[in-house]
Amino acid sequence: MRLLNRSAASISRHRRRRGAGLVLLLMGLLLSGGLYAAFSPSSTADDARTQAEMVENGRRLFLTGCASCHGQNAEGLTTINGQMIGPSLVGVGAAAVDFQVGTGRMPMAFPGVQAPEKPEVYNEEEVADLAAYVASLAPGPAIPSEEDYSTEGMSEEEKEAAIVRGGQIFLTNCTACHNFTGAGGAMPHGGYAPSLLETDPKHIYEAMLTGPQSMDVFSNGNIPPEAKKDVIAYIESMREQPGYGGFGLGGLGPVSEGAFAWIAGIGTMVGFAVWIAAHTTRSQKKKGHAA
Amino acid sequence: MTDVHPKINARTDALLPDPGIAEHAWRPTDVDAKAERRAERQVAGLFGLSAICTVLFVVAYVTLEPGPDGDIFLGLGASNLALGLTLGGALLFIGIGIIQWARKLMADHEIVEMRHPAASSEEDREATLAALNAGLEESGIGRRPLIRNSLLGSVALLGAPAVVLLRDLGPLPSEVVGDYQGAGLEHTVWTKGMRVVRDVVGTPIRPSEVEIGDLFNAEPEAIFPTEENGLPELHGAELQVAKSKAAIVMLRIPVDELVPGEGRENWHVDGIVAYSKICTHVGCPISLNERTTHHLLCPCHQSTFDLADSGRVVFGPAGRHLPQLPLAVDEDGYLIAQSDFTEPVGPSYWERDHDDIGEQGEADLS
Repeated sequence: MRLLNRSAASISRHRRRRGAGLVLLLMGLLLSGGLYAAFSPSSTADDARTQAEMVENGRRLFLTGCASCHGQNAEGLTTINGQMIGPSLVGVGAAAVDFQVGTGRMPMAFPGVQAPEKPEVYNEEEVADLAAYVASLAPGPAIPSEEDYSTEGMSEEEKEAAIVRGGQIFLTNCTACHNFTGAGGAMPHGGYAPSLLETDPKHIYEAMLTGPQSMDVFSNGNIPPEAKKDVIAYIESMREQPGYGGFGLGGLGPVSEGAFAWIAGIGTMVGFAVWIAAHTTRSQKKKGHAA
Repeated sequence: MTDVHPKINARTDALLPDPGIAEHAWRPTDVDAKAERRAERQVAGLFGLSAICTVLFVVAYVTLEPGPDGDIFLGLGASNLALGLTLGGALLFIGIGIIQWARKLMADHEIVEMRHPAASSEEDREATLAALNAGLEESGIGRRPLIRNSLLGSVALLGAPAVVLLRDLGPLPSEVVGDYQGAGLEHTVWTKGMRVVRDVVGTPIRPSEVEIGDLFNAEPEAIFPTEENGLPELHGAELQVAKSKAAIVMLRIPVDELVPGEGRENWHVDGIVAYSKICTHVGCPISLNERTTHHLLCPCHQSTFDLADSGRVVFGPAGRHLPQLPLAVDEDGYLIAQSDFTEPVGPSYWERDHDDIGEQGEADLS
């Protein structure tokens, strides 16, 4: 019953969205899967689920929600002429699943260069099951724990030092795609590097570990775990930073700033020029006949 | 034709006499004392607004706290915002006030200024020509080619001192300035056996730490001297120049996807390849890499290099491939350079060679 209520609330919330049909379909599938799971004897106790149960449930979810693109054994699918439908998930690890499904990027609404972030389709438990299943296929990066990415427990000085170190690492490794302000930017073939300013610290950490879509991997051998935490501290500091130079115009650099200068700046100057050169109003009255 | 025109003019003039300049229409402020006073008040009001802005500027400067812990207004730094708006307002209102003053109250004449011919008078031109001809005739420059030609020659030769002096002001771009390691356009601080270290942190890298899909932004260990490596400290401009020329991107590509260039078959370590991070077009640093295609894209002009294929240009204005750094592993198991880059890094210049991959082989390694 609880599950039913949750699904109903979720449906009414997403009813007017564009992907509502797909979501509804998935919900239906999930509901039937969930009901099956509820009545099957293997997964009655929620809080004491064994690894094997999670993997089994994850496999079931995978077969309904993911296998159409990634293959029945997550081996990846290609068309006859070699075009990729979905990459192999063997060895991508739990972190990749937690990032892709946990941010709503997967399941994709339609194939394309970019998997945009959207409302999540699976709940936390289901994401954990899917992650457990994919992790069981081959070793890969695990989901980071809270002390890996959280800057909560840091003292003021520690945080300050982390922000300084993280800033240098960010400027060297991340700005090429994600912009100096973390606002993201354009990539080839219509893709884009997303903004980091709203992203959950866990998902930033997982993205570095796994390299989603066309992003490079920044494994722990590349950027050590403590340096990853520094980068997260820096990104968090950018969120709190006010715009000292006025409105950031999206932080997109010359495109938005240039558009503003050309349209608003030069437009205003043209307005003044027209005003200066325009004829003033004239009166019919003659001088000396003041009213 | 000439005798027809006066007739026609005479006729049309009679039909439609020259109306002359239309009677001047005055502005309301010229004829209406009330409007005049209103305009006066407007202008004074604008100057007053400017004064208020100036006072507010001083107040904002004194009261609002700038900097990282300063006041914030609508997510903007309050101090900068207030200073900019008030000073801008102070200047703008003076400007608007002056224009309003000129439009409404300053003198309202209409002035006619006649055009004048640009040429000199006929007499002046004739006199000048006569003087020039007399000079030519008296000097006999047309009759004495020996004198004329030797004068032209000696004047032309006067360019030589300028060329020699200016040339001696500095070295040619390809010449080495100073005697430090990696000076000049053709060399960097990379040497045989120098370790590859992570940029910013300066730690050496083992091949096992480089996963497939990883992108390392790396530097030579000379940029991060420690007691352990015993390398000399670089300072100031020397450090910046060395760092910017030696920067590399390093990544691991599955060996079966890698197409090593001719003579570069042993430049990678199990698929780990390193390339100069400096674009060969105009020298922007590049690290915008698409993991799935191994295409490295320059943000400045979209030059794209295929890192799985010796850094060849696949798109954009760059004229040459990215220089590749030959890699090896030292006895401690860390990644090292086999040599300096075998060609100059960064944008092209006149004197550099134009060898393509394959024409420079291992023979160039030193």
